Amino acid sequence: MALLTMREALNQALREEMARDASVFILGEEVGAYQGAYKVTQGLLAQFGEWRVRDTPIAEEAIAGVAVGAAFIGLRPIAEMMTFNFSLLALDMIVNHAAKYRYMSGGQIRCPMVMRGPSGAATQVAAQHSQAFESWYTYIPGLVVVMPSTPKDAKGLLKSAIRDDNPVIFMENEILYNLKGEVPEEEFHIPLGLADVKREGGDVTIVAWSRSAVTSLTAAKTLAENGIEAEVVDPRTLRPLDEDTIFDSVRKTGRCVVVEEGWRYAGFGAEIADRVQRECFDSLDAPVVRVTSADVPMPYAKTLEKAYLPQPERIVDAVHQVLYR
Amino acid sequence: MDRQQALALYRQMLLIRRFEERCAQLYVEGKIGGFLHLYIGQEAVGVGAISQMRADDYLIAYYRDHGYALARGADPRLLLAELCGKVTGISRGKGGSMHFYDVPKGNFGGDGIVGGHLPLAAGIGYGIRLRGTDQVCLCFFGDGAVNEGAFHEALNVSALWDLPVVYIIENNRYGMGTSIDRASSVKDLYQRASAYGVPRRDVNGMDMLAVRNVMAEAVERARKEKRPTLIEAETYRYRGHSMSDPGKYRTKEEVEQMMKSDPILLWGKRLMEQERFTQAELDVLDKEVLAQMDDAVAFVEQSPDPPAESLFEDVYVRSPYIHQKAEKDPAWRAAIREDRMPPELSPWTPPAAEPAEAAAPAENAAEPAPAGSGGGGKAS
Repeated sequence: MALLTMREALNQALREEMARDASVFILGEEVGAYQGAYKVTQGLLAQFGEWRVRDTPIAEEAIAGVAVGAAFIGLRPIAEMMTFNFSLLALDMIVNHAAKYRYMSGGQIRCPMVMRGPSGAATQVAAQHSQAFESWYTYIPGLVVVMPSTPKDAKGLLKSAIRDDNPVIFMENEILYNLKGEVPEEEFHIPLGLADVKREGGDVTIVAWSRSAVTSLTAAKTLAENGIEAEVVDPRTLRPLDEDTIFDSVRKTGRCVVVEEGWRYAGFGAEIADRVQRECFDSLDAPVVRVTSADVPMPYAKTLEKAYLPQPERIVDAVHQVLYR
Repeated sequence: MDRQQALALYRQMLLIRRFEERCAQLYVEGKIGGFLHLYIGQEAVGVGAISQMRADDYLIAYYRDHGYALARGADPRLLLAELCGKVTGISRGKGGSMHFYDVPKGNFGGDGIVGGHLPLAAGIGYGIRLRGTDQVCLCFFGDGAVNEGAFHEALNVSALWDLPVVYIIENNRYGMGTSIDRASSVKDLYQRASAYGVPRRDVNGMDMLAVRNVMAEAVERARKEKRPTLIEAETYRYRGHSMSDPGKYRTKEEVEQMMKSDPILLWGKRLMEQERFTQAELDVLDKEVLAQMDDAVAFVEQSPDPPAESLFEDVYVRSPYIHQKAEKDPAWRAAIREDRMPPELSPWTPPAAEPAEAAAPAENAAEPAPAGSGGGGKAS
């Protein structure tokens, strides 16, 4: 095992897959000469050259569209969005094209591409640069949506995403880029569509992904100090969803809290809450409770930003609510 | 272009015309649903341009896409079956009129979002460059698409990275009901290429030979120099934007005026004047094409509707990198590893002609081809 940051783990995954398969290439704003806006693509240009590490103009529709077109003829493009906030400008390429052509062609076309970059809030970058958009992409049949919370998961899942023949939306998190964790030194990958229990516990199930999984583990520590053992389940892939791992946990604990950085309205957590109440109704001892960001655009001020995001204290409160104590 | 090739291109245009007319009829009968955008009047653009493609080249087009599929050699039976929502359709009944794909022929077909496929064409061009082959991608779209941001992003990166893509505007003067005068600040649409340093050409889209000639130059530039071209083909659609459009935004006189320079009439005249074909020979071809349409309708009538279980198929590719725990998703469960390519049908053969009619082409074929009758077409 090596101790790596999430940034380094992602860089390793890109480097290894590009070395393994000449049809893999990456394109996006500042991915080459600048070494990546967040340094995830550091050193790749020197190793693979400009046709495989392509700096693009600030033109998100072209970035995503070029990836989709190249994927149609058998390349394996990775389109980097500097952040997923800007992916809204590329949404037509993903929703109407990447996700649809296989179906509309009756199965003639495949689109083996990855669109990746950071999603969710950073620090004090205000409303247009702080959004969590997983609910938008999970809504679309034809897409695979992945959101890792540890360096090991990030590397193993990105390698699978690149090798997979479906369009994969791979959402990283800026705050987690410096998070350190153990990563196997030998070759490995982690299959998509498989959840992971990040902490075992018998009193309550907390379902959370990406940064919210890290926040939930912090909350779980606080809860443990008060004698409450929380089980933290990280789905890792939101579409397709490994619901069985979630159900198994809820059937064991009888209580469920879903934490997400997105907004409450039509957030992906509602999808999980819906499935849990339907499939685990007999096991539940309390209604499923959701912890989300505040239903407002992200404010700039530090104090307001803290109030906006799911904090460990709010998760602790939610757990007390489902435990009635 | 030799005499037989000239005739073959005439037949292609005629096939598209008769196919579209039959579609209109089936739509009125309620056998075709949804949107139906007919290519009638614009045949010379698709046929002329596609005649310059090599077998391993690619094309991607917008939703008025019947003509491209036919010109690229798709079986009209599969296309008509698609329009009627049959499982035997080229897209297994999942696409309909706007979504004809024929991947074995490099046809990435019909896109329903105006301008949405232009960045994809650039991507196909990028893939060609990365693989280092000398293939070319043709990209067809209407005059409405030039006002979309995607047009500008695609043209910029195509010029910036030297991508082998030929962009073809089919300017039929109206984006649905809005004339280009009311939609574009620049009336000569091909001039927009100058903003990106892309070579540009304007061509009479009713003249198949003219289209062939500008395409020869553009395809050569893409193949040899790896540079894009923007071509504006000025054409006209005789019917409304779709079947539900009565076309009240233009006058009857305007339509009648344009129909005088009909691309099929024009090419037929040329065949008779310069290639010594007779009207009777062209009429035989027409009968043959009409018989082919009858055959296609018969094929559709024998074709089953898609089975209910196909609803969930063709969404995902089954992949060893997705865990089996995800299989509760019916779309994932129905995913298949391999792709589904259009079925190979036994080739259609024309029914035996009446003896009197068969005599005409036989007599004519015995005549030596007149010298210098190449029609001025550039060799492909």
